[in-house]
Amino acid sequence: MIDDFPQFLVSALYIVRGTGWTAALILGAMSLGLLVGMPLAALQVYGPKPLRAPLAAYVWFFRGVPILVLLYLVYFGLFTYAQGPFEGFSWARSAFSPFSASLVALGLTSGAYQSQIFRGAILSLPEGQYRAAMALGFTRFGAVTRIVLPQAARLSIPAWSNEYSILLKDSAIAYVLGTSEIMNRARSIAFLSNRILTFFLLAGILYLLLTWLGVRALRALERRLAIPGLGQGEA
Amino acid sequence: MAGPMARGAPDGAPLLEVRGISKSMGGKLLLDDVSLSLSRGELKVLIGPSGGGKSTLLQCVHFLTIPDKGDVLLDGESAREMGKRNICLFRQEIGMIFQDFNLFDHLTARDNVAVALRRVKRLRKAEAHGRALAELERVGLGDKAGLYPAQLSGGQKQRVSIARALAMDPKVMLLDEPTSALDPELIGEVLNVIQSLYEGGMTMLMVTHQVGFARHITKEILFMEDGRITERGSPEDLLAEGSLSRAGAFCSKLSEVTGR
Repeated sequence: MIDDFPQFLVSALYIVRGTGWTAALILGAMSLGLLVGMPLAALQVYGPKPLRAPLAAYVWFFRGVPILVLLYLVYFGLFTYAQGPFEGFSWARSAFSPFSASLVALGLTSGAYQSQIFRGAILSLPEGQYRAAMALGFTRFGAVTRIVLPQAARLSIPAWSNEYSILLKDSAIAYVLGTSEIMNRARSIAFLSNRILTFFLLAGILYLLLTWLGVRALRALERRLAIPGLGQGEA
Repeated sequence: MAGPMARGAPDGAPLLEVRGISKSMGGKLLLDDVSLSLSRGELKVLIGPSGGGKSTLLQCVHFLTIPDKGDVLLDGESAREMGKRNICLFRQEIGMIFQDFNLFDHLTARDNVAVALRRVKRLRKAEAHGRALAELERVGLGDKAGLYPAQLSGGQKQRVSIARALAMDPKVMLLDEPTSALDPELIGEVLNVIQSLYEGGMTMLMVTHQVGFARHITKEILFMEDGRITERGSPEDLLAEGSLSRAGAFCSKLSEVTGR
């Protein structure tokens, strides 16, 4: 079908433009994961005891259910019911789109994983700093948000860049809902054109590029936020 | 804040009163009905073997650890009656110095001192920073304000932590072995700061193994063992040559080891 170069170029560009959707998807999912994971971790360590079991259950659920199952559950389950009352509103179509379903499923899963990253970081901090903050008259909330979390976030960046690359690769599965990201576009072009190898190779390169960029950006962030005199000579 | 003139004035109620505090953890009785009191401007020294409950006592006086029984009164105000919501206000009025400093690693010396002024006392930024610099000057670290804890020596860290406590205008300071984690040559600078606080009229309860310092600065030593204060008295009485007190035996054993 695609025999001439211009048409090849158009097809390739179509896939490349999926990069924007993939990037938006993982940035959104990472952010949602951060929003969920950070309080989850803080509450698991410092929160009231009765809350800890339900929080652990959340983590257990999202770590245990395959992302593919979650995508279907969110899109065909949660979104179908949630959409009901808003039928007819112009914004409802985009709000309950495959893209947002993918973002929610990936974000909630990432939240579970990120909470474990932050939890480890919080537990690795010297406990005395929390006590010192309490001794100065901070509330528990103040001590956690002002003293504990800023340091835990810094310690989390290396593990976070790992989470980023995993999430990026997981995001390819979002094609099953018809999210217009790299994988979905590569798939349709590849099978239409019968140049399967070429276009999936292109998709692979795009994912590699995104991984490389993200990891580099996070390493730069880590260096920028490094605390002078601390952790020098360590990896 | 009381001036030096107020020291030891027998004018009735003590500034800090610890009434019959008991605390168990993990089935072990750590504090057994401990009582003590401090008048304005007074400094008392707690000594005793490790595991005897000294640190737990300070934590309980501060209500950082809630005692099972007993109460702490600061200027007549009961910590028990403040309840969970207001206990932060009680804690603000008592400064705590820890053995291993517990500075906030992500903040400069200045911000270590300023952070509670801003977030707890709600001072404006400029005001908090000004106060923080003044407190750092007071402990001789005005030129280190921009450095992070990891860039300071142990003695400097402990002085920052003292400045951090002072900035909150505490009525009482609790010092939990403030020099135990320091290299020997750095102990002096911290003890000097404590000495000048005492001379300025600060009320203090200090756990220390610096027998020489304790001997010359305090009028009353409390000896703690197995969760109880078993002996109390002046350094002359307890630590005199040939004294039969447990405290005397303990301190001479300490001096044998440290040579002080």
